[in-house]
Amino acid sequence: MTPATLSFFVRHEGRLVWREWLWWIKGRPRGVVVGVVVASLVFALLHLVAGIIVKPLAGLADRPDVQGYVLLTGIGAMAWMLLLSQAMESVTRVLYSRGDVDLVLSSPAPARFVFALRLAIIAGAGTGLSVLMLAPFVTMLVLAGGSGWIAGYAVLVAMGASSGAVAIASTLILFRILGPRRTRLVAQIVAAIVGGAIVIGLQVAAIVGFQGLDRFSVLTAEATLQAAPALDSLVWLPVRAATGDGLALAVVLTIAFGLLGSTIVVASRGFADHVVAAAGAVRRTGHKSWVSVPFSSGGARAVLRAKELALLAHVPWLMSQCLMQILYLLPPALLLWRSFGEGADPAPLIVPVVVMAAGQLAGGFAWLAISGEDAPDLVATAPVRPGLVLWAKIEAVFIAVGLPLAPLVVGLSALSLQAGVVAALFILFAAAGSTAIQLMFRSTAKRSAFRRRQTASRLSTIAEAFSSIAWAAAAGLAAVGSFLAIGPALFALVILGVIKLFAPAPVSR
Amino acid sequence: MQDPLESLRLVTEPALRLSGLVKSFDRPAVKGLDLTVRAGEFYALLGPNGAGKTTTLRMVAGLLRPDAGAISIFGIDALRDPVAAKAQVAWVADEPMIYDKLTPLEYLAFVAGLWGVDAKLAERRAQELVDLLGLGPHGQERCEGFSKGMRQKVALAGALVHQPRLIILDEPLTGLDAGSARLVKDVLIERVRAGATVILTTHILEVAERMAERIGIIVRGRLVAEGTLAELARETGREGRTLEDVFLDLVAAQDTEIAA
Repeated sequence: MTPATLSFFVRHEGRLVWREWLWWIKGRPRGVVVGVVVASLVFALLHLVAGIIVKPLAGLADRPDVQGYVLLTGIGAMAWMLLLSQAMESVTRVLYSRGDVDLVLSSPAPARFVFALRLAIIAGAGTGLSVLMLAPFVTMLVLAGGSGWIAGYAVLVAMGASSGAVAIASTLILFRILGPRRTRLVAQIVAAIVGGAIVIGLQVAAIVGFQGLDRFSVLTAEATLQAAPALDSLVWLPVRAATGDGLALAVVLTIAFGLLGSTIVVASRGFADHVVAAAGAVRRTGHKSWVSVPFSSGGARAVLRAKELALLAHVPWLMSQCLMQILYLLPPALLLWRSFGEGADPAPLIVPVVVMAAGQLAGGFAWLAISGEDAPDLVATAPVRPGLVLWAKIEAVFIAVGLPLAPLVVGLSALSLQAGVVAALFILFAAAGSTAIQLMFRSTAKRSAFRRRQTASRLSTIAEAFSSIAWAAAAGLAAVGSFLAIGPALFALVILGVIKLFAPAPVSR
Repeated sequence: MQDPLESLRLVTEPALRLSGLVKSFDRPAVKGLDLTVRAGEFYALLGPNGAGKTTTLRMVAGLLRPDAGAISIFGIDALRDPVAAKAQVAWVADEPMIYDKLTPLEYLAFVAGLWGVDAKLAERRAQELVDLLGLGPHGQERCEGFSKGMRQKVALAGALVHQPRLIILDEPLTGLDAGSARLVKDVLIERVRAGATVILTTHILEVAERMAERIGIIVRGRLVAEGTLAELARETGREGRTLEDVFLDLVAAQDTEIAA
């Protein structure tokens, strides 16, 4: 009997990925066409935005200057931290997901191969994501600043590889320090903080120093430029690599891939033990609930609401998403707090951020409450009208969205009643928009599939994002009393109308 | 307070009456099924894999809509008034569907709330059921990590907490250890003695043989035989033999008939 080789696992994993794609494409021929069209539009839009953002940096390849280096490094660091955050979540998922792990671990095949491969896939996915999302910026730099910027594509690859390596190493270090029971939660919190750290940090600095939410004001400030190292410093190695310095590029690539390769080799050796330990932690009983479903005579609607809220409080993967949204609300909260003392009007800055967060939170909550029903048979066999069940779930979503945002709205109302009312109203609209999209695309799924909901319906995810952005823009304009708010509000409604055309037909039983 | 005439109807009507029930998916699953289960009866619905047992019971529980036919539960037209019919029924699937993140007591509070049971009564019943089914020490723990047997017990407790008049169980003993299986069987027999009606499907023919008062055998979507074990044995000329012999004969006879 020949033991399974690395190439055996490569073929196996490749086949699984390929079959999943085939299944996805076959099931949604219209979805694929729409997906390609939407992706092309988004990609074109990204180029447009990138063209505006990178214009001041285009000359950096020919005329290096500290301000350009600081700005590019800052933007790169923000993107790298986001990649790191995503990769950390992926590594945690591999640690805790079961799937075929029992089969692999119970076989005589060397488990390190399969885990090495899965870690490499995480790094590869991160690299692909960084290239896909950031390539438009490099392309626009090449067009505006010359061929020197072509090296920027290679730096994107290095960013993906290095973020994957650091994610693997840091998650496993957390696992060793905290143990299997606490790592999943802590890793999510760390991933959320890492993802938002630079953006939020720069915003907080901008609020404290410049009275605004513009994170770039810190990067372009005189004090930052004076504190920045000289142009020949090693700190600028990635920027020099991106602008076409061959030696710098070689160093950056060597470091990134060296780090990734060695991390995967070292991590995969003990990974099987970590997975076994994580499985033990998952199966351990004895957790006591801190949010409960009480015995109540309040009727089916009340008990359904209570059940949904209790379950929302216990979705492990929801923690990072909520935390990320709440973290992004910290800078506007700080701005609000400062504005109390200074009589300034921060509403136009705060209201859209809060409304955007409401739309995004509602999307996640609505999927969990409406589609993620673990006992559909129980609910369907209960002597309750289906409409009542749906309303109870929607109410739970609105309560769950309202709870974290309420303090901000109250604070805003104390500063300006009009801004508070506008915020409350548009939070409602944004949450309703995202919930409506989830209702159109509702399916029956296990709550544990929450992390894959975006993959299951990319169209609804994109629609949700655009709907939230449109409502946020409308809220910002309404907060300054502009009638132009009608424009984005109408656009949000158009999104709902268009997405309804692509929603799957309700399943008849 | 329930109308006395309504109470009388609930007592005298059969627990379940299916008339000309039809359901097709990509091929016919249930073909004009007629079936009557008397109130207070323990009824076993048997059949080979793919015979249409689960499809039939899912239609009764309101989880599937029949293409044609009628379903009457204690005289209530389940297709016309599904809410009233569901109030009489509990459904236990072969794969227990419970919420991992709720404790057994929270799950029971939820189910009791759905069926509109008074809170105090529900709490008392829930505690009794948790103790009866040996879940007492785990009553306040979340269900994640529970074994298959424990999950099945939680699901069963959920089915009993609202004291349904008709309990439908699809393969309730699959994957249970001997102790848990015995406990489930005892609880079901006790419920029938208390006046409830139980319909179950099972592939463990000894269970049907020992527990069921009447047995229905369904093959390719049709009820091919029905009666007590003695009646079924007489019908196949296998008096004194086990249900397994009778069942296999009946299924083989149907296969031969279809092949011919």
